[in-house]
Amino acid sequence: MGLELTTKAPMLQILDEEGQVRPGAEPALAPAELRRIYEIMVLARTADAKALKLQRQGRMGTYASSLGHEACQIGTAFPLRPEDYFFPYFRDLGAYLTLGYPLADYYHYWMGNEAGLRTPDGLNLFALAIPVASQIPHAVGAALAAKLRKKTGAAVCTFGDGATSEGDFHEGLNFAGVFRTANVFVCYNNQWAISTPRSRQTASETIAQKAGAYGFPGVQVDGNDVLAVIASVREALDRARAGGGPTLIEAVTYRMGHHTTSDDATRYRTEEEVKAWEPRDPLRRLRIYLRSRGLSDEASEKGVLDAATNAVEKAVAEAESRPPATVDDLFAYTYKNMPPALAEQRTGLKEALKAEAGR
Amino acid sequence: MKITMAQALNQALAQEMARDERYVLLGEDVGPDGGVFRVTDGLIQKFGPERVIDTPLAESGLIGVSIGMAAFGLRPIAEIQFLGFIYPAFNQILSHVARLRNRTRGRYPVPMVIRTPYGAGVRALEHHSESTEALFCQLPGLTVVVPSTPYDAKGLLIASLRSEDPVIFLEPSRLYRGEKQDVPEEPYEVPLRAARTVREGTDVTVIGWGAMVPVMEKAADEAAGRGVSAEILDLRTLSPMDREAVLASVRKTGRAVVVHEAPKTCGLGAEISALISENALLSLRAPVARVTAPDITIPLPKAEDDYYVNPARVLAGILKTMEF
Repeated sequence: MGLELTTKAPMLQILDEEGQVRPGAEPALAPAELRRIYEIMVLARTADAKALKLQRQGRMGTYASSLGHEACQIGTAFPLRPEDYFFPYFRDLGAYLTLGYPLADYYHYWMGNEAGLRTPDGLNLFALAIPVASQIPHAVGAALAAKLRKKTGAAVCTFGDGATSEGDFHEGLNFAGVFRTANVFVCYNNQWAISTPRSRQTASETIAQKAGAYGFPGVQVDGNDVLAVIASVREALDRARAGGGPTLIEAVTYRMGHHTTSDDATRYRTEEEVKAWEPRDPLRRLRIYLRSRGLSDEASEKGVLDAATNAVEKAVAEAESRPPATVDDLFAYTYKNMPPALAEQRTGLKEALKAEAGR
Repeated sequence: MKITMAQALNQALAQEMARDERYVLLGEDVGPDGGVFRVTDGLIQKFGPERVIDTPLAESGLIGVSIGMAAFGLRPIAEIQFLGFIYPAFNQILSHVARLRNRTRGRYPVPMVIRTPYGAGVRALEHHSESTEALFCQLPGLTVVVPSTPYDAKGLLIASLRSEDPVIFLEPSRLYRGEKQDVPEEPYEVPLRAARTVREGTDVTVIGWGAMVPVMEKAADEAAGRGVSAEILDLRTLSPMDREAVLASVRKTGRAVVVHEAPKTCGLGAEISALISENALLSLRAPVARVTAPDITIPLPKAEDDYYVNPARVLAGILKTMEF
């Protein structure tokens, strides 16, 4: 008898890097759904590029680009139903768009306004978390609440590879395993946590295999293959809804951009490494596939891109037309009922601002 | 019926959980064990393991899971076994519990109560005796509540459970089985953000909370023997504080002594002292005095009494203020 690590299962892939479907892996998606997925991917990429431009022009705050993560984000959010819950992290533009979050709101938040983080009523999308991994237990709590309230929704939570080193990853997944909650945890393993490579996060051969220690399945999928991500999340959601407990999905991808606009990735990784991932681009792959199925052509692709560009310009205009938070807004949401001392401070701030404006 | 604070808290939990099934209790050893101080005794028998949940030993996970529950329809009551073990969850409390209402502009408030025993005087092991309430008073959005009697414990806990804002409810472990008190059987609320005048006086206001209140009462008895009439104020809610009660009393007496078992520097006594000097300076006949623990790590039980604020020290503070 020897000591052996649990072995790695093969990574799930449906579309290969040339956009060809693996034999027998044809996805159960209607043509309209496939077109919709492509549209959101194009929208996400266009909106992301615009955000970077706005940041350079001083019209957007520090921004975390989603470039290269479109298959992860959209593939994870696409199979959700309205009764499900989504707990995003700070790099999740595609998921927000898939779930129907207004792009103008998303921009508004990244331009520096809390109001952009207010999820529209009726959408179970929790506010994105910046403290790494801290959202994982929240998703478990939502699933546990659903279970106790006899609701059918499952809770999906996303995070990066760096998050798997945090205590909240362990605590959250451990709770989920113990209470067999309807959770789907999706790790966008993009190989980098700012400058720290995946190899410095864990000695585990895969992130997916960590699920075994919590008593539930883990699967590794090609995170640049939107069809594979959808298939795995859908299967995990079905199991969760049927009472089969949680799943950990490791979507293997690559952070094509800097960590945020405040980062310079050339300091710690090579151009060759980035270049090596370019042919695996998730958007290109889906485009080839759609064409091969006769679901798109050059003209329709141009139509999709134009529509995305228009939608982005409209969202920018809308976000920029919104006024920043008023002093009243800043104070109104600290407590349900404002304490008198806080009301006094609010008056004091208003007076100070008035005096400063008059100087 | 005369009951202890632990029994009063148990009653509050049982009555509110019976009234509203959104209340779910979770923590370490809160089930069959009834909590290490027995505050949740018998609740799992009444409400079952779906509503009285023994969790893995993970404070951050416990508070984080409670956040998700609170955001989606439940009213979690999370028990942290001792305040000394809450710190792994501090990120969850600071980054999420206290500010979710604000950062989501009211869409995801997280009404929940975090209950935890705190404070010295029970001859406990290391990390079981600290009094770090001031850390939590620095977090906008969080309500910090400390009872000092069985009656208040029941009423304040019920008010906390019904609050739309998250509450950290600090239970003085020294008072769990302290003096028994007549506590009404039926549920009632003791309002949050309202201090209690424990006894009226005319010469000096003594301000404190939790396990310091009986210490302050003893000191006031002795002061009375020396002809000094001390008014005692129990803050009950530390944040947001009942500033008007503090200021009204100090304007009347002209003197203030703040008492806490936490270390002196940046303790709540500093805040109260500043509050008084900002708003009632001309009423003061003496500087505000602070009677607190020294700025050292709390000693182990053999030296605990040397450290702990006692009636003699509070009396000395009162007399010093009178003699100024």
